[in-house]
Amino acid sequence: MEAFSQLAALTGDEAKAASAAGSAGFAYGLAAIGPGIGIGYLVGKSVEAMARQPEAAGMVRTTMFLGIAFTEALALIGFVVFILIGL
Amino acid sequence: MSDARTRQVEPMLSRDDGPAPEVSISKDMIKRGLFVAPLLVALCGVIWGLDGVWSSMYAIAIVLVNFALAAGLVAATARISLGLMMGAVLFGYLIRLALIFLAVFLVRDADWISLPALGATIIVTHLGLLLWELKFVAISLAHPGLKPARP
Repeated sequence: MEAFSQLAALTGDEAKAASAAGSAGFAYGLAAIGPGIGIGYLVGKSVEAMARQPEAAGMVRTTMFLGIAFTEALALIGFVVFILIGL
Repeated sequence: MSDARTRQVEPMLSRDDGPAPEVSISKDMIKRGLFVAPLLVALCGVIWGLDGVWSSMYAIAIVLVNFALAAGLVAATARISLGLMMGAVLFGYLIRLALIFLAVFLVRDADWISLPALGATIIVTHLGLLLWELKFVAISLAHPGLKPARP
């Protein structure tokens, strides 16, 4: 409640900066959810593939690593937008 | 009933003792990253001045350490169990994002930082190195990881 009362006491530029920082943090959280789901799905399927076909593990791990890195790029783009708007 | 379709799969008990292709890919990307770093730093220097130079160097270091951490985590945990590897990749994703946030948060008010240069370099280096690396990766059973060097 104290935080809300402090927020209500802000005026003008302070309120604008506070709402920009809050919105940027919220947007970054949303931007990190999608890649998180994607990486979870990707790694889960890769583990299943490696367990079923151990002889293809090297190939699967190569693809998995690149997939993780590409998916993580989405989170990094969200992070960069966050630091440019809200940090 | 022991054909491939009905075989019991135990990802939690399975592990991969083979070579770690992600380590060689990551090392190759770091090598290429260091190779193109002067070009990126110079470009940021032209656009954002001296602050851009320091910021782009910092951003390149963040991206390369991130690749090395990701590869090391997968390589180390795959030797223990595939289930652990999955957990490590998921928690590693969170931890690495938190580390990147911390690395930027600690220097955000420094005199030498230019946030646009830092952000642009992070995205360009990460995506650029990945796309460049695709040219050198052989996704085949014979050569998991990098393509073999031509004799």
